[in-house]
Amino acid sequence: LPSLITPLPHFLHTGATRVLMFQRTSTGSRVVVASRTYADFTPQATFDIKKCDLHKLEEGPPLQAVLTREEGLQYYRTMQVMRRMELKADQLYKQKIIRGFCHLYDGQEACAVGIESGINRTDHLITAYRAHGYTLTRGGTVREIMAELTGRRGGIAKGKGGSMHMYAKHFYGGNGIVGAQVPLGAGVALACKYQGKNELCVCLYGDGAANQGQIFETYNMAALWKLPCIFICENNKYGMGTSVERAAASTDYYKRGDFIPGLRVDGMDILCVREATKFAAEHCRSGKGPILMELQTYRYHGHSMSDPGISYRTREEIQEVRSKSDPISLLKDRMISNNMASVEELKEIDVEVRKEIEDAAQFATTDPEPPLEDLCNHIFSNEPPMEVRGTNPWAKLKSIS
Amino acid sequence: MASLRCFFRSGRNAISVVLRREFHKTSPATLQVTVRDALNQAMDEELERDERVFLLGEEVAQYDGAYKVSRGLWKKYGDKRIIDTPISEVSKICLSIIFAIFFLSLTPPGCVLYRLTVMCAGLRPICEFMTFNFSMQAIDQVINSAAKTYYMSAGLQPVPIVFRGPNGASAGVAAQHSQCFAAWYSHCPGLKVLSPWSAEDAKGLLKSAIRDDNPVVVLENELMYGVAFELSDEAQSKDFVIPIGKAKIERPGNHVTLVAHSRMVGFCLDAAAVLAKEGVECEVINLRTIRPLDTDTIEASIMKTNHLISVEGGWPQFGVGAEICARIMEGPAFNYLDAPAIRVTGVDIPMPYAKILEDNSVPQIKDIIFSVKKTLNM
Repeated sequence: LPSLITPLPHFLHTGATRVLMFQRTSTGSRVVVASRTYADFTPQATFDIKKCDLHKLEEGPPLQAVLTREEGLQYYRTMQVMRRMELKADQLYKQKIIRGFCHLYDGQEACAVGIESGINRTDHLITAYRAHGYTLTRGGTVREIMAELTGRRGGIAKGKGGSMHMYAKHFYGGNGIVGAQVPLGAGVALACKYQGKNELCVCLYGDGAANQGQIFETYNMAALWKLPCIFICENNKYGMGTSVERAAASTDYYKRGDFIPGLRVDGMDILCVREATKFAAEHCRSGKGPILMELQTYRYHGHSMSDPGISYRTREEIQEVRSKSDPISLLKDRMISNNMASVEELKEIDVEVRKEIEDAAQFATTDPEPPLEDLCNHIFSNEPPMEVRGTNPWAKLKSIS
Repeated sequence: MASLRCFFRSGRNAISVVLRREFHKTSPATLQVTVRDALNQAMDEELERDERVFLLGEEVAQYDGAYKVSRGLWKKYGDKRIIDTPISEVSKICLSIIFAIFFLSLTPPGCVLYRLTVMCAGLRPICEFMTFNFSMQAIDQVINSAAKTYYMSAGLQPVPIVFRGPNGASAGVAAQHSQCFAAWYSHCPGLKVLSPWSAEDAKGLLKSAIRDDNPVVVLENELMYGVAFELSDEAQSKDFVIPIGKAKIERPGNHVTLVAHSRMVGFCLDAAAVLAKEGVECEVINLRTIRPLDTDTIEASIMKTNHLISVEGGWPQFGVGAEICARIMEGPAFNYLDAPAIRVTGVDIPMPYAKILEDNSVPQIKDIIFSVKKTLNM
């Protein structure tokens, strides 16, 4: 047996069925202090989830969700990676290693992870600027994301995009102008329909953006042409510093699609989000046209790193959400109380995650900046090399596709 | 002192207001005021002076302004005069324009007296864009509903409205948040376009803009907000206005004319200080207004120096510098040029995020110095 030398309790998975927990004694020898078999863990459980409010729908998503142990551990891990990554970004921003705009997603992890678990990797997704979580779920690595935040050549956009402009396969950013991504998302949905591959587009926006005119134009066209588009409003209660009551004549964002059916979902419960997304995806794929989901969620940080986030809401409110509705805690409690995982096992995942983030941060701070030769590249696609004017008429720079 | 001024101007430090009152008979009392505070004062004074003036925009009221330019105004004037809007650029502009021309359609036409009354009865909104990048969503309204209305109505409907907010590059905000709109707005007849640099510019120009009966676009600069300048006694007065359409010679010189607006004025002055050591005296002109352009001041300067370099942060193609060069070609000053007029501009690419790339995407002081030397054949 390979030896695992650590002062903490550690695990050894022997074969496929037994988990041994070791601890070092004062004499240095290892003793087994606990032994659990996978047979001890519940392989799957059924959970009651909150009923969704419905708009122009006869039926909604199921009121129960089945969670397997593997799924639970995977969701937990992904959400924890997302959480730690955002907190690390906070740290790096305060150290001025990340600059410009940085909009953090912590508190909203259940939305990104829940949505991804309800769609296929071949489906499409577009969101606004609070996009680090989605970049991760859509296939970006933590290293690439962090290196993009620090503006290095190893970044997912080679350092040229920054926090708000990260892209991946079937993920169209990362968009800085509020609401502008919604018509784009409908466009992707139109392309899906045109190409007939049974794919759909998930198109996200926030409660602040929900009052944008272009969104209503998009609703009209998507419904008229029955586009396979899931509109998702991530309602985190505040558009920058403006609470929803001060910005919207109607805060029932799931009804704002009017002729588009809608559902209001508990965005802090990953199972709720997953079931609602599956329901919505089924709706789109069956040719019924677009559907709208409002995810009720919360962000712990302010709007961006330059917003302390406490001038328009109280610390008590933030603390209350953290203690009562934290998405990671909710999942953890469910799994532990149903014997689907052990506290130690989850702690070990935490340790691994911490290490992964540290490693990524290390990469992000040591990777070199993009080369100056890259300055003018990527202006046009599929174009022969061309000359670009620099800051003065004698500066003739080179641009490659 | 010059180096201290350089220090302030380059914006490397955010310096808060420092009161320096000198009870000296010979020197006037000056005040160190940041551009942010100057804008705040301008709005405060105009809000106080005229009941019809009000401010609307995202986060301008309870949040004190996204960049704190409207700090304290909501507390002082309340909900009626300082209005937080939802994130709806187009409707915000529409509503502002309608406020500006509101009463005109309600009274019977024909009477000159009524027209005067009615113009006075219209409101005078200040419409803030969080940055001018977002104004692109509403630019149709700015051009088609604000700029052209007085013309289309043959003088019946003036639109006394101010659009203001930060314009151009900031620090690390990437492609969608770094664009300069000076050329875009200045292209349109019916609009006045201002681009302040110093605190004095900011205060005087914004006050003029608010008092002007026409749509005025005021292009501020986020990186200048925290920079402090000396505000003269005269500039501290509540009636201090800077005339629209008049450029200012910030630094006289004989060898070359540098024309710039906004943050680039500071860069030109810094370049001039370096070049002065080599015996090159640059005349630095602060445009202050982009539309209408003060061609006279530029021409008079060229007739003295025989060399022209325009400096701007925006893209070169069809930009402010391009317009200046074209006008000089078409006017009397062309015959006085000893070398082709040159533009120093931002690089012709979307703004990258990485620091090294961003730094090399906008003119630096060394680019200005290089261009001067090339122009003067040094």
